[in-house]
Amino acid sequence: MESDSELLLRLRSGDERAFVSLVERYQEPMLHLAASFVPSRAVAEEVVQDTWLALLRGLEGFEGRSSLKTWLFRILVNRARTTGTREQRSIPVADPEPAVDPSRFDGSGGWADPPERWIEVAEGRMEAGKLAYRIRAWIDGLPARQRAVVLLRDVEGMSSEEVCTVLALSEGNQRVLLHRGRSRLRQLFEDEFREVR
Amino acid sequence: MRLLLRRDLVCQRAVELVTNYLEGTLSRSARRRFEAHLAGCPHCTEYLAQMRETISLTGRLAPEDLTPQMRDEFVDLYRRWRSE
Repeated sequence: MESDSELLLRLRSGDERAFVSLVERYQEPMLHLAASFVPSRAVAEEVVQDTWLALLRGLEGFEGRSSLKTWLFRILVNRARTTGTREQRSIPVADPEPAVDPSRFDGSGGWADPPERWIEVAEGRMEAGKLAYRIRAWIDGLPARQRAVVLLRDVEGMSSEEVCTVLALSEGNQRVLLHRGRSRLRQLFEDEFREVR
Repeated sequence: MRLLLRRDLVCQRAVELVTNYLEGTLSRSARRRFEAHLAGCPHCTEYLAQMRETISLTGRLAPEDLTPQMRDEFVDLYRRWRSE
């Protein structure tokens, strides 16, 4: 697969196919990310389309200090924040949200109801192509800020530094949101597969 | 004293340290304490494996393909921009 910087070079020389390749790569990830900021799919689509235009218009000025992907996602998030009516700061990061339901521990903090095994079953389902759409739905159901962090870190594979840049988060808050998002997903896997061992 | 060391990190606290552990942001002593807890706790060891699996499965989601119609729309978008 061609790297983003190769595509960027071709795009700068006016190659329309390079643009389509970039769209194929990032349209859907950007839609998912935009949806965590704005109230509807239609608005998310508008924001993403605006972002593509901003990319084209900003091509000359892009200095490559960050990766193309980080730059693109940052434009998206800035636009989505301006457009979004969803209150991003309604749930302060400082509010406690335990990784595991406290009722699963005994009085001294040890497991009373230990984690049920599910890894093998999930692997089988994933290989059979029957799990990806469920995971998508679970991610879409995460609280907005956790969703944005999980999408960028774990789906897109960006570094914590890049995610902090894109979402304008401190390292600490990024880690808290990542922890909560992943912990919720782990619980959903356990809930889904505990019955089918 | 040694026995107490293992016990002083309880499971309920250990599960909250998993992300810091995976991110490499625990202090050296906290990391040692976490690993010592895992060594004596099969449930938390399983829990950590499940968090790693969660990350791995999430990382395997592939973007859906663009429909031919969407592809055409983006070609149009590009051409409109070129003629601006």
